[in-house]
Amino acid sequence: MTNPVIEAKNVWKSFRTVQAVKGINLKIPKGQFTALLGPNGAGKTTLVEMIEGIQKPDSGEITIMGKHWRGNEDKLHHIIGLSLQETRFIDKLRLTETLQLFASFFNLGKERVNEIIEIVGLEEKRKSFVVNLSGGQRQRLAIGIALINAPSILLLDEPTTGLDPNARREIWDILHRLKKESETSMILTTHYMEEAENLCDYIVIMDNGVILREGTLDQLLQEAGNLDDLFVSLTGRRIND
Amino acid sequence: MIKFLRLNQLWQLTLALYHEITREPGVLFWGILFPILISLGLGLAFTKKADVVRKVAVSRSSGISDRGDSELSGFLEKNCIKKQPDSKEDYDWKYDHKDDKLGNTLFLFYEMDWPEAMVMLKRGTVNLILQSNNGKTEYHFDPVNADAELTFRKLRDILGSGAVLNVESNSEIKPLTVTGTRYIDFLVPGLITMGVMMSTMWGISYGIIEKRSKKLLRRLVATPMRKSHFLVALITVRLTMNVVEALILILFTLIIFNIMVQGSISALILMFIAGNMAFAGIAVFVSSHTSNTEVGNGLINAVVMPMVVLSGIFFSYQNFPDWSVKIIKVLPLTLMTDGIRSIFNEGAGYSEVGISILVLSVIGILFFSAGLKIFKWH
Ligand SMILES: Nc1ncnc2c1ncn2[C@@H]1O[C@H](COP(=O)(O)OP(=O)(O)OP(=O)(O)O)[C@@H](O)[C@H]1O
Ligand SMILES: [Mg+2]
Repeated sequence: MTNPVIEAKNVWKSFRTVQAVKGINLKIPKGQFTALLGPNGAGKTTLVEMIEGIQKPDSGEITIMGKHWRGNEDKLHHIIGLSLQETRFIDKLRLTETLQLFASFFNLGKERVNEIIEIVGLEEKRKSFVVNLSGGQRQRLAIGIALINAPSILLLDEPTTGLDPNARREIWDILHRLKKESETSMILTTHYMEEAENLCDYIVIMDNGVILREGTLDQLLQEAGNLDDLFVSLTGRRIND
Repeated sequence: MIKFLRLNQLWQLTLALYHEITREPGVLFWGILFPILISLGLGLAFTKKADVVRKVAVSRSSGISDRGDSELSGFLEKNCIKKQPDSKEDYDWKYDHKDDKLGNTLFLFYEMDWPEAMVMLKRGTVNLILQSNNGKTEYHFDPVNADAELTFRKLRDILGSGAVLNVESNSEIKPLTVTGTRYIDFLVPGLITMGVMMSTMWGISYGIIEKRSKKLLRRLVATPMRKSHFLVALITVRLTMNVVEALILILFTLIIFNIMVQGSISALILMFIAGNMAFAGIAVFVSSHTSNTEVGNGLINAVVMPMVVLSGIFFSYQNFPDWSVKIIKVLPLTLMTDGIRSIFNEGAGYSEVGISILVLSVIGILFFSAGLKIFKWH
């Protein structure tokens, strides 16, 4: 493997009484779409937020394009795009205004805002207040904001949780197109097997702060007929229980 | 070029936060209309004295009807309006005393026997009993009761000299209605500074805490946004709103109550900015850590409530115990209110309020720096 864009080495993180991440190693090569698949409390958000520089590991190290977060914040912020689990933006700001605000942080202007609106298919909602968008539209806005700086690395934390199948498919379409048209590397966390299968080249199954199995879909399916069965055989329960 | 782009970032942040406030319809009411309504309500209530009704018993034992030559019966017959036999009013005579300066007083007289009059007095329905004695009028009342004494003094002036107390020479009464000494002159500067404190503390602190709790702060600092720009934008928007609100209030009270700034305008502006700085600094400090809006509520109230009560917004703090006045005087809201009040009403300038301006600015800078040190973005 050539130099990975994201690398985590023996990363640990705990909160008071909870060990959220327990010695995780991960290498993401350029252009790969990776799914972090795991039930509630598996440690997905904690791991992703450490990669995003939002949380600091207790021990171990994380590098992005070979760089540590310390001392490289500004550079790394420019090449990463992300959406957090459950962020809310400013309610009474219009969709275009919200995008324009985030664009200005990257010294980008109206043209990029218009491109993004087209990419996420929200042309009809330009003038709507963020508070009046549906759940799916809000999620697409969040992805639009994540893409605004044309990031080399995209980190999406549960972008489709709580959405109906249609809204979910719209988001998958956006990401499929991104895969075709760019070399962006992505990590996406999810509870949904089909999302991991449908979108990602590489699947990492996590539970209780550790990685249980990882590999391409084909590699994982050698052990069991489908991901659901594999998960049950690894943990003794179903992922969405 | 880089500089320009940075400014654009600051401008977009300011614009976004400005929209966030002004698109909330309640802002117009609570920020602008409400203080005006308070000033109007309190201003009118305390500048124009309401009509007072004073009830007085007239003892029947003096035999008013058959001794038409007594001072009291003469007054009642000639100057008062007698109740019509078929009317439902409960009084027997009434006398309307008009006084532009001290307010109108309506005297109601009830004729009754002495024992009945005493009962009424004990119950507080009346606080004075009149009785004729050899043509002279006697005033019976409790001298400890200030209200009764006031009734006596007013009646005595109307009726003629009383027989009970010595009459001193009537010194001329000069009610104070000069601009700068009325209650409204005291109130308006207080309303301005209280408005600044409330809107800054709630606007900035609550704004930060709410954005932290909905993970927007976290999302913002995961971009190359400058953290300082966010806070500067938040404070700028709040300052602008405060200026607009204060100007509207001043303009309004200028038109209605003829309020005037007698001191230095530039000192007033600096004082206003220094006060804003102080509260903005405190607001950032208060909201530096928590992401819980309930805790935020408590923290903000803990800062704001004592000052609203103590800092002499509605009534002077000079009646508090001496030791506490020393402390009250250095509270930020007191510093700002006293300063602005003295510029408005006493013609103060830099020599009087310069120190307060400096102290407020320093308070602002200290709290802001300390708040920033412990500020939690995530
Ligand atoms: N700030 C925190 N303070 C205390 N405990 C935390 C904190 N953040 C996460 N945890 C705990 O760490 C564990 C992992 O949480 P994390 O959010 O990473 O899980 P997740 O896989 O993202 O779950 P979900 O699918 O529900 O989002 C959980 O037990 C959680 O309760
Ligand atoms: Mg999560």
